[in-house]
Amino acid sequence: MPMTQQAAPAVSAPPASGPKKETDGRTSERPMWLRLLARPEVGVFLGAVAVFVFFLIAAPPVREAGSMATILYQSSTIGLMALPVALLMIGGEFDLSAGVAVLTSALTASMVSYQLTMNVWVGVVVALIVSLAIGAFNGWLLIKTGLPSFLITLGTFLILQGVNLAVTKLVTGNVATNDISDMDGFEQAKSVFASTFTIGGVGVKITVFYWLIFAAIATWLLLRTKFGNWTFAVGGNKFSARAVGVPVTFTKIALFMGVGFGAWFVGMHQLFSFNTVQSGEGVGQELIYIAAAVIGGCLLTGGYGSAIGPVFGAFMFGMVQQGIVYANWNPDWFMAFLGVMLLGATLVNLWVRNATTRR
Amino acid sequence: MDRTSRPRSRRLPVLVAAAAATALIATGCSSSSGGKEAEESGENIAAGKASTPRMTVALVTHQAPGDTFWDIVRKGAEAAAAKDNIKLIYSAKPEAAEQANLVQNAIDQKVDGIAVTLAKPDAMKDVVSKAEKAGIPVVALNSGVDNWKDMGILSYFGQDEGIAGEALGNRLNQSGAKNAVCVVQEQGHVGLEARCAGVKKTFKGKTENLYVNGTDMPSVKSTITAKLKQDTSIDQVVTLGAPFAMTAVQSVSEAGSEAKVATFDLNKELTGAIEKGDIEFAVDQQPYLQGYLAIDTLWLYKNNGNYSGGGEAPVLTGPAFVDKSNVEAIAKFAAKGTR
Repeated sequence: MPMTQQAAPAVSAPPASGPKKETDGRTSERPMWLRLLARPEVGVFLGAVAVFVFFLIAAPPVREAGSMATILYQSSTIGLMALPVALLMIGGEFDLSAGVAVLTSALTASMVSYQLTMNVWVGVVVALIVSLAIGAFNGWLLIKTGLPSFLITLGTFLILQGVNLAVTKLVTGNVATNDISDMDGFEQAKSVFASTFTIGGVGVKITVFYWLIFAAIATWLLLRTKFGNWTFAVGGNKFSARAVGVPVTFTKIALFMGVGFGAWFVGMHQLFSFNTVQSGEGVGQELIYIAAAVIGGCLLTGGYGSAIGPVFGAFMFGMVQQGIVYANWNPDWFMAFLGVMLLGATLVNLWVRNATTRR
Repeated sequence: MDRTSRPRSRRLPVLVAAAAATALIATGCSSSSGGKEAEESGENIAAGKASTPRMTVALVTHQAPGDTFWDIVRKGAEAAAAKDNIKLIYSAKPEAAEQANLVQNAIDQKVDGIAVTLAKPDAMKDVVSKAEKAGIPVVALNSGVDNWKDMGILSYFGQDEGIAGEALGNRLNQSGAKNAVCVVQEQGHVGLEARCAGVKKTFKGKTENLYVNGTDMPSVKSTITAKLKQDTSIDQVVTLGAPFAMTAVQSVSEAGSEAKVATFDLNKELTGAIEKGDIEFAVDQQPYLQGYLAIDTLWLYKNNGNYSGGGEAPVLTGPAFVDKSNVEAIAKFAAKGTR
C-alpha cells in the first residue's frame, strides 16, 4: 500500500483531461456523446438503468425505499468483492478462490477469537493477515511459476475449500463455528462491519456505504495514480510493461492482495451479521464476482475496464435477483430468469460498446 | 526476477502485523464472556464397550461438505461404533454416481455391513444389490423411505419427509397462520421439495415456495426480506434447515413483518432462538439417532440376528417437535452438537 501513495504526480493524465488533440483533418473527432458512450462503464450503466426501469414497472414493491435498501444491500455484498476482482482482471489475471476466501477469512476470525477466548478484534486482525497472505501467495506463485492464473487460483480454490472444512472440523468438532455474539468486542465489530443506518425511516446497511467509498478509492487508484497505470499496463502486455519499467511482480501481487483484502472485508461482514459461519459456504460465489466485473465492462483478457463499471454490474445482479422475487414470478424459473436477464444486459452492454466505437 | 531485493523489504509490514497481533494477545485481549472457556463441555455420551469381535462398517452418505446436519449423523454413528467395537469408515459425496462408487469401494474392502443414504435411489440400486450378493448386510438411513423395501434392505431409519411436512402443516393450523412461505435452499432437491409439499397438503392457508441460494447467506437474507415486502400478508416463514431459520429471523425484522418463523432440523444456535421466542418451533428428525441406530442395528444383526422394523416397516426418527415447552431439556444436547 504505502508504495502507491508515494507516487509523484501521475505521469499520464486520465483520458478525460488529456491534452487537446491537434486535428489534421484526416480523422474527424467523433461527437461528444459517442465518446462518452464508448467508456467501459457506460454500457453497463444503460443496462442497469434498463433492468431497474423494467422492475420498477413489473414489480410494484420495488418502488418503495425499503425495497431499494434491500436491493442495494444484496448488490453491495457482491460489489465489495467485484471491485478488487475487477482491478485484478484489468491487471490481466483472475481469481477463482475469491468465493471461498471470504469464508476462510470469516472462519479464521471466528475460530481464533473463540478457541483462544480472545477479544474478537484479535480474530479480525489475524483474519486480515491470513487473507492478505492468501492473496500474496496467489500472486507470488503466479509470478514464480508463470502458470496461468486459472490454474493457480483453481488450486487455491480447492485447497481453501478443503481447509475450510477440515480445519473447522478439527478445531471446533463441528462443521460450523461457534456463536461468538456474546464475546468482548463483538458489538463494536458489528457496528463497524455490519451495522444499519436509518435514513429517512429506511434501514440502509453499512456495506452499501463501504461499497461506494471503495469504488471511489478504486477509481482514484486506477485513474489518478501510478499504480493505476501499472495495472492497465500489466494487463495489456506484461512483457512490454516490464520493458518500460513497470514493476510487474509488485503490481500483480498487490492486485491479488487487494482481492484478499476484499475477501476479508466481506468475510467480516458475514461473520458479524450472522454470528456463526458454516464451512461449506461460498462455493460458486467467485463466478458471480467475475460475472459482475465482466458485465461491468472489464475484459476477460485484461488491460481494459473501470472500477465504476462493476458497481453497476453488481447492482444489476442484485436488482435482478431481488426483482424476480418482488415481481413474484414463478420461482421454478428463478435461475433461468436470472440467466436470461444477465445475458440480455450483457448484450446491451456489448451492443453499446460496438455501436459507439465504430466510426 | 529483476527486483530480488524488493520482496524482502515487503516482509516487514507482515512481521510488524504479526508482532502486533502477538502483543495484543500478550497484553490480555481475552474475552471476559463467551468463547471456548465458557463452553467447555467435555462429557460426551459413552456407554460401555462391547466384547464382541471387532467388525468394520461403512457409512456412505450424500453429505455436501460443511453441512451441520451431517455432522450430527456422523457423531451418532461414531458413538454407536465406539460402543460396539466397530471400526467405522465414513465417506460422502453429494453426486449420486460418486456415492455409488463409494459403496462399491466398501464392498471391495469386504466390510461387515454398510449403512447408506438413498437420496437418489435409482443410482444406488445396482450397487446395493451387489453388496447383498456379496453377503454384506445393508441398512438405509435418512432418505429413500419409499425405495428401501424394494431394494431388499434390512432396515430403514429416518423421517418420512412428506409426513414431517404434513405434521408441520397441521401445527401451523393450530397456531392460526394464514399465508406461509416455504424457503428452499437448494433448488431441485427431492427431500426438500417433499417437505414443502407435505406442508402444503395439510396447511389450510396459502403456501408458496421461495428458492434461495443456500451457499450465500447475505443473498438468502435479502431474498427472504424481498419476499416479505412483496407479499405483506405472509405471516409464516418455514425454513428447511437450522442456519436458514436464524437468517430468516433477521429478514423478518428487517422487512418490518410480523411473520413467525418455524423450521425443520435443529442445531445449537437454534435452541437459543427458540428459548428467546425468535423461532416458534423446529421439527427435529433426530439425525444423531439415525446414525446411531443404523450402525447399532448392523452390530445386532451380526451378533444376534436382530433387525429393526423387520424389513417391512421403516423406523421413524422424527418428526419430533422442539418448542418453548421442551427446548430447555434439549438445549444442553444441542450445545454439544449431538442433537
